[in-house]
Amino acid sequence: MIDYLGYLLEGLLVTFELSFIALGIGMILGLAAALARTYGNKTASYLANGYIELIRGTPLTVQLFIIYFGLPSLGLLFSPTFSAIVALGINSGAYQAEYFRGALESIGGGQMEAALSIGMSRPKAIARVILPQALRLALPSWSNEAAYLPKYSSVAFLVTVPELLAKAKVVIAQNLKPLEVYLVVGLIYLVTIASLSKILDMMYERYKFTVE
Amino acid sequence: MGAGEEAIGGRRLTKVVIIRDLWKSYGKVEVVKGVSFDVDEGTTTVIFGPSGAGKSTLLRCINMLYHPDRGTVFLRDIDLMKVGDKINYYRSKFGMVFQHFNLFNHMTVLDNVMIGPKVVKKIPRDEAKRIALESLEKVRMKDWCSRYPSQLSGGQKQRVGIARALAMDPEVILFDEPTSALDPELIGEVLQTMLDLAKEKKTMICVTHEMGFARAVASEMIFMDEGAVVERGSPEHFFTNPVNERTKRFLSRLTELYGHHESRNRFVDEK
Amino acid sequence: MSSLFDVLLSQFTFIIEGLPVTLSLTAYGLGLGFLIGLPLAILRVYGGRRGRLFVAAYERAMRSVPPLVLIFLFYFGIQTTVFEIPGFLAVMLALGLCSSGYQSQIFRGALESVGSGQMDAARSLGMSRLQAIRLVIAPQALRFALPSWANELATMIKDTSLAFVVGVAELMRRADYVRAATFDPVIPFLVVAGIYFVIVFPITRIAGTWGREKKRLVAGV
Repeated sequence: MIDYLGYLLEGLLVTFELSFIALGIGMILGLAAALARTYGNKTASYLANGYIELIRGTPLTVQLFIIYFGLPSLGLLFSPTFSAIVALGINSGAYQAEYFRGALESIGGGQMEAALSIGMSRPKAIARVILPQALRLALPSWSNEAAYLPKYSSVAFLVTVPELLAKAKVVIAQNLKPLEVYLVVGLIYLVTIASLSKILDMMYERYKFTVE
Repeated sequence: MGAGEEAIGGRRLTKVVIIRDLWKSYGKVEVVKGVSFDVDEGTTTVIFGPSGAGKSTLLRCINMLYHPDRGTVFLRDIDLMKVGDKINYYRSKFGMVFQHFNLFNHMTVLDNVMIGPKVVKKIPRDEAKRIALESLEKVRMKDWCSRYPSQLSGGQKQRVGIARALAMDPEVILFDEPTSALDPELIGEVLQTMLDLAKEKKTMICVTHEMGFARAVASEMIFMDEGAVVERGSPEHFFTNPVNERTKRFLSRLTELYGHHESRNRFVDEK
Repeated sequence: MSSLFDVLLSQFTFIIEGLPVTLSLTAYGLGLGFLIGLPLAILRVYGGRRGRLFVAAYERAMRSVPPLVLIFLFYFGIQTTVFEIPGFLAVMLALGLCSSGYQSQIFRGALESVGSGQMDAARSLGMSRLQAIRLVIAPQALRFALPSWANELATMIKDTSLAFVVGVAELMRRADYVRAATFDPVIPFLVVAGIYFVIVFPITRIAGTWGREKKRLVAGV
């Protein structure tokens, strides 16, 4: 029997914690960047684009290290978990920005015209007409990102965060059975992500009908 | 007399295609129900009827793109249900022209027409090219041979489709609603090409609702509904005195939709 | 006293030597993913029901497991049971398998975009299914797959940075060396970020352009 399963699942909880908060950060950043790119003025759009391209053009590992090693040198001392969450959040934000931007642009045009023509201001139109529709449109790809975040979070192990992979290493140090333990870990990730996908899909299905 | 031949009034007619009791289902739904008919060499047979009547499926059973559940399909004296691995060889004896053209988008017009002779019949490149250019000449598309399908209009694409079928020198050409996906002003050029082929005594089986065309060149017309043959006969029979109630209803609906079939009959004098 | 420029330059020259390793890891990983992914995609689209289910499950699995886990699995798992596996090989296998899941998906979408009429037309000329796939379907599918595949290339380049955990001397590892040697925590990583960016950014840009072109192509079919 696998007696270390409980210990591993403690790591899974940390993984969830990382993913959940990072997802939230990513959503805020992503939405802001997408709005800036679609509706912002030149500077905002440029900055948002720079953020998106820079993050998507470099590996998550590098970003993680820059934040982990860099924050202290700015005098900000935070826990490894915090650094990991920040890095994951910033990273996820750039990818979410693309999903949101795609959705915003799909809705865009005619809806904006209609809203403006009844006298709404631009910000109002965005908030009340475009955004609600765009968020629903982006839901499938967003759910994808949400379900897969735990997988990306595994890099947090590199900066000593005690998540699933780190726990696995501890177990292996004791029972010296890397093949078995890594297979188990792989399976845990598989089941976790598959379940998350399924749950999000089901929520989407139910939500979809109340919208159309 | 060999199988598939019979003498009528002293003139020998060879049967090129013989279909007997053909059945095809998709899962539980029966799409083709016990269809039988013969096709004589050098003639045009028109199959028509409401959509969903199984006509496209029937056509695809003839060249064995779909394998019938029951029944026989004879190409001259060869039982296509029994040829096993050699089916690709016999399939190349049929030409097929599709409603949505299905030209190979990544190849030029010339390559589209050449690829059959080259790859299937293993004809050397230069000879295949000559054959292809000849076919394209016939459909008046030779000048477009280095263009790509995406650069052609619908009517042009369909004519290339016909050339592609012709290049294989088929025994029978199958047409699956060749003009249904075309804008009205482009239909004429394709029908003209088909008319030319009929006049050259090519054996053709056409699924179409172009009644003017049927009236001009068809030697037999078959009305199908819900997967079965309802009525068959010559064009005169259908346009002067159809028997079955369903046939009458369908023809009158066609007339409403497309205008009296006489008025679309550009070809009636050409017979 | 060396100026900032000198520091950057010396770090850069050291780190950049990892580039060939990064690139070859990318090539092998992507290649393995392609060799597995394309046949699986063909199996999924043209194979029977069981083929479809198997490939679907495989895709799911390969996309859900973190590359890091697979790297460790191969490196430490094989080392202790079979033979001394070099880090490079372990990473290549791990990243290749992960990529095969994505590439299978990409090619499946591309094959489905080609449309069943093309297969009908090819077979109506007398081609066998295999001939049809080789001459008609696959060439068109590869064109459709290009934008997504370019994206996968960009992702692979970034994922090779994980190789440093098993001692492969690619870009990331060399950056880490510099950090350890100079106690400079940030600049080496900024330098390596720059290097990655210069390589990856043009690829994603081209992928974007191809993506927009593809939309036009599909609409014109």
